[in-house]
Amino acid sequence: MSKQKIVVIGNGMVGHNFIEKLVASEGNQNFEVHTFCEEPRVAYDRVYLSSYFSGKTAEDLSLVTPGFYEENNIKIYMNDKAVDIDLKAKTVASEAGIIIGYDKLVMATGSYPFVPPIKGNDRPGCLVYRTIEDLEKIQAEADKGKVGVVVGGGLLGLEAAKALSDLGLETHVVEFAPRLMPVQLDDGGAALLKRKIENLGVRVHCSKATTIISEGETCQNKMVFADGETLETDIVLFSAGIRPRDDLAEKVGLTLGPRGGILIDNQCQTSDPDVFAIGECALHDGITYGLVAPGYAMAQVVVDQLNNKTATFEGADMSTKLKLMGVDVGSIGDPHGNDEDALSYVYENGPEEIYKKIVVTPDGKKLLGAVLVGDAEDFSNLLQIMLNDMDLPEHPDALILPNRDGGGGDLFGPDALPESAQLCSCYDVSKGDIISAVESGCCTMADIKASTQAGTGCGGCIQLVNNVLNSELEKRGVEVNTDLCEHFAHTRQELYHICQVEEIKDFATLISKHGKGHGCDICKQTTGNIFSSLWNAYALEKDQIPLQDTNDGYLGNMQKDGTYSVIPRVPGGEITPEKLIVLGEVAKKYKLYTKVNGGQRIVLFGAQINDLPAIWKTLVEAGFESGQAYAKALRTVKSCVGSTWCRFGLDDSVTMAIEVENRYKGLRSPHKMKMGVSGCTRECAEAQAKDIGLISTENGWNLYVCGNGGMKPRHADLFATDLTKEEVFKYVDRLLMFYIKTADRLQRTATWLENLEGGLAYLQDVVINDSLNIAEELESQLQTLREGYACDWKRVVDNPEYAKRFRSFVNVDSPAEQLFVEERGQLRPATEDEKLKGIAVEVKELV
Amino acid sequence: MSEFQSVCSVNDLIPDAGVNALVNGQQVAVFYIDGKVYAIGNYDPVGKANVMSRGMTGNIGDALVVAAPLYKEHYNLATGVCIENDALSVPVYEAKIENDVVFVKV
Repeated sequence: MSKQKIVVIGNGMVGHNFIEKLVASEGNQNFEVHTFCEEPRVAYDRVYLSSYFSGKTAEDLSLVTPGFYEENNIKIYMNDKAVDIDLKAKTVASEAGIIIGYDKLVMATGSYPFVPPIKGNDRPGCLVYRTIEDLEKIQAEADKGKVGVVVGGGLLGLEAAKALSDLGLETHVVEFAPRLMPVQLDDGGAALLKRKIENLGVRVHCSKATTIISEGETCQNKMVFADGETLETDIVLFSAGIRPRDDLAEKVGLTLGPRGGILIDNQCQTSDPDVFAIGECALHDGITYGLVAPGYAMAQVVVDQLNNKTATFEGADMSTKLKLMGVDVGSIGDPHGNDEDALSYVYENGPEEIYKKIVVTPDGKKLLGAVLVGDAEDFSNLLQIMLNDMDLPEHPDALILPNRDGGGGDLFGPDALPESAQLCSCYDVSKGDIISAVESGCCTMADIKASTQAGTGCGGCIQLVNNVLNSELEKRGVEVNTDLCEHFAHTRQELYHICQVEEIKDFATLISKHGKGHGCDICKQTTGNIFSSLWNAYALEKDQIPLQDTNDGYLGNMQKDGTYSVIPRVPGGEITPEKLIVLGEVAKKYKLYTKVNGGQRIVLFGAQINDLPAIWKTLVEAGFESGQAYAKALRTVKSCVGSTWCRFGLDDSVTMAIEVENRYKGLRSPHKMKMGVSGCTRECAEAQAKDIGLISTENGWNLYVCGNGGMKPRHADLFATDLTKEEVFKYVDRLLMFYIKTADRLQRTATWLENLEGGLAYLQDVVINDSLNIAEELESQLQTLREGYACDWKRVVDNPEYAKRFRSFVNVDSPAEQLFVEERGQLRPATEDEKLKGIAVEVKELV
Repeated sequence: MSEFQSVCSVNDLIPDAGVNALVNGQQVAVFYIDGKVYAIGNYDPVGKANVMSRGMTGNIGDALVVAAPLYKEHYNLATGVCIENDALSVPVYEAKIENDVVFVKV
């Protein structure tokens, strides 16, 4: 069977999403896909466009996994625009002269910003906000000027205002309507939003009609308003709505709506049955959707039909929840009570700056709409009630009143939702999809994300999805037990908190007050780790010894034959020849297998337990410290050679790596941590695969967090840019302490962030903006721990009591039998086979 | 018949942790829990190394156990049987404390 040829015009968010869905569909091998992209780069996230000015790069915003098009044999025509369609011959022609035939054509041409017909709207500095090229123009103008005005106080306008304010401009918003976000908010909500935004330094002018833009006196431009007032500004950024890009469709004779938009039916079909239109260019039932979720839903409908399944698009809910300049805003259904009999309840909290309103039917039984400003926590709950037409409680205001006494709780738990309820609107994941995922074996939020994509878009649904997940697991008898083990009905985080508040420093006290039984390897290891993180407890103190896993307890990593590895700290990987010679001599004397490991450190393997104190005595005397490769702590800071030697280095990455390593060495954390410092974006230190990564730029350090190599690699997230060393330390101090405080047992930073409600944005808020007001406490805790640092092995060398632990036998002074075989000039553990054949070397004869 | 042999003083033991002793050429892991001593073979049948004395102790249900330090299987200190796989076991030896001296019979 020959392949069906699909041509997609437009590589925006929806065009790309369509291709992703098509590739993931069961009939994937039946399609040959071509797509036109008029922009110089593949699809990127326009929803978070303003983050371009707070440090994200064009690559960060990209929605396309590198290699996606090549790997899936999709032909993408970059920088080329489709300019003609022959509906009869079924071909598309491009600007560059390419003509390709199609079996089915998908138009995803998107929209363009509407620029109001104001005289002077084409003056220098008059710009729009839609593409990365637009952003570059804005940046160029911002470099020259100091004032920026956004025309339009809707959702996009406020996003654009954030962009201008991030660029350091004096920022104004001019709105024609009497309030901000006139479609989504009511007067009360909009008034609070205005107040909050003005507190952030943005001036808001409502009920203002611009009549003319002319040359300014103090700035590049002057805006004149209908009321005679004027405003001097360098940039005028139009964000007064969007218009569907339907020019091509119109040219070739596809039917448009009376005010534009390519007319589609419930199958997303245009007036030509072989042409579909999806996203912002399409007009469905009189509506063009300027949100991404309905576009994604249309994409799914077309993909389903191409796979010979029936599917319909029956309109989409326009409810939105977002953070505008740090202010939570939610709007659901009809927030205005357009039905004149509708009743409303309002909760307004002046001091805490919260406004909530719900609109209900005259009989008080059903929810029609809601407005939330300052606190949008109720959004998911309210949205589900409305979408699923659920009955309201007897007193509907209970839904928005604060729940201060803790009683009541969720009025509508996850069980009340029907299976059809859509939980994740970004990826159209329903409660039923989550249930099937659980049935096929998903047990954690991470599984759910990987299997359904729920929660991987805006992240707004994570809490709700998690509640459904837990409830489903419980129903299946999978006990959603967050207890650490049978001895403690607490999580690691709770135990950490208990030990901190009650100043508990030993296991006997903890288990007698808060647990039961003798404990086990799980809770003991966790507790030992908590005591180290809280009080710098030392593993070889009598009451701490039973809490240490063998690696922590013997200050070395146990190898498969019961011997240990010796890894001294070599900060930043920089080592003098003298120290290198000492390592060589020790290895030679104790016949230790020597290798450079993955973290740029030299490892001596095969040390017998009774030799460890003597080995370390030599090393400590030569100036080495423990590398803590055995501990849940900072392992190594990997670095490139940096600007000192490298022709391309921008900063001295080695000095930075040494300082970072010395700052955080010894700090005990829920799991091991690795860090990296690169002197330029060539990234030789692989800092983006580390828990903490630093990359030098022309303007300072870029900080990356929560990356991971290993079994499940995770690219680190860009956390903050152009930092000074002091800022790096401040943020990393806070972040690490917050991780130590809140992570689960043996949870690396990567999984910790994946499970952190609110994700990266929340973490940035906590660490950079101190939204929880704990930064000072975190910094001082970390400082106390740093001040209490002592080398684990120096303590053993200095104190014979600690050294006692390293005897092979409690009753005999000789070492235990240990079998090795020589290979490539070094010793390695004998295999079982070699032991049986008697070809292994017995106890090492020391030189 | 083997006899009880003195191994060490109680002061050489650490509560809730183990030590390794050499008795009649055998490596014996001795654990000290709630004032009592427990002795099992030091050889880990899964990890195939002499490491049991370096495992962490605790209880699983009613059984006092030690977790093998290499791959974390749990062995019942009273019977030597592996909790996760009852086909596996380590030898168990009689052990006692008299006048602060630890005795093991191998």
